[in-house]
Amino acid sequence: MGLELSTTRLEDAANWAKQSKLARIPEWGRKFSLFTYPFVTACCGMEFMSVAAPKYDIARFGAEFPRFSPRQSDLLMIVGTITEKQGPALKRVYDQMAEPKWVIAFGVCASTGGFYQNYHAMPGADQVIPVDVYIPGCPPRPEQVLDALILLMDRIQDGRGHSQLRLKRDAMIAAQEAQTGDE
Amino acid sequence: MSKQALDALAAKFPSAVARTGSANSDEIAWIKRDDLLAVATWLRDDPAMAFDSPVFCTCIDWLDWRPVGRPPSEHWNESKPRFTVCYQLRSVAKKHRIRLEIEVPENDPRLPSLAELWPAFDWQERETFDMYGIRFDGHPDLRRIYLYEEFVGYPLRKDYPKEKRQPLVRRDDLPVNPLKKEHH
Repeated sequence: MGLELSTTRLEDAANWAKQSKLARIPEWGRKFSLFTYPFVTACCGMEFMSVAAPKYDIARFGAEFPRFSPRQSDLLMIVGTITEKQGPALKRVYDQMAEPKWVIAFGVCASTGGFYQNYHAMPGADQVIPVDVYIPGCPPRPEQVLDALILLMDRIQDGRGHSQLRLKRDAMIAAQEAQTGDE
Repeated sequence: MSKQALDALAAKFPSAVARTGSANSDEIAWIKRDDLLAVATWLRDDPAMAFDSPVFCTCIDWLDWRPVGRPPSEHWNESKPRFTVCYQLRSVAKKHRIRLEIEVPENDPRLPSLAELWPAFDWQERETFDMYGIRFDGHPDLRRIYLYEEFVGYPLRKDYPKEKRQPLVRRDDLPVNPLKKEHH
């Protein structure tokens, strides 16, 4: 398995080098070393453990190491129901993460509130912070999580993560302002 | 065994016990609000009662409740108070159980607190206050326990809008969906 993956990585690198996109090498590196912050609030956590454990083994995709400090992580996994009371805590964790960062909503509750359409449950974590990939399911199968992770890795490679796009936009605005300032 | 405890209670406090009943093998005594503290103190301290274990405290909101397929009776009629507060007690030593039900009107949702008698009722009464807005007189620390202080209203009351949320924080860059109805 490991050999197969390393071959994939080498082929991948060669492919990008061929297309003379060497400037994107950091993004290629980032997608294979995601440090997860598991914001685990509910029963989806059991499925998260299953993904991380040897049977499904998220380590094959380089995202095996959960960091319980937002300063040291770049992938926020929202695993489980977010209540309105938790909103400020979730936003604070997100704000403390260093750029560039990515967010996965794990399960229907984190994506839309699921069947908790009532006074206490937030209708999706995206009410408070931006989300890159939503995983449906109650709880999702580990295969779905790995599928979402591969989708996110493709986005990271292409620079289409929400914080990558935001950084790009900010850089463009700054460049424009510098240009108009010169004139 | 529980029936004996219920009968003893009714004999000891004939004026405080409005009526007694039994449902699903639980003995129930409807207690008048003003006599609750005296009754509960006796239930805890009397050696033949010895109710040492508080099981739960909760509330029932009877708003718009109608009996299905039977006429109004002494158990239910139009003038029934809106709330019923339940205290379930158990005696580990004597192996009997009893439930105290106290009817509380909507315009004056007050009740003497039993938290001083059984400290385990402290958080239970806070939860009942949090969800139903029942005020427990004499409670040492009557604050919301699950919800946040900014929350307005009591969500488990039947007249609370089903999907009314009271967000603490929201993104400011979200588009507004004109088709979605919000309760505000």
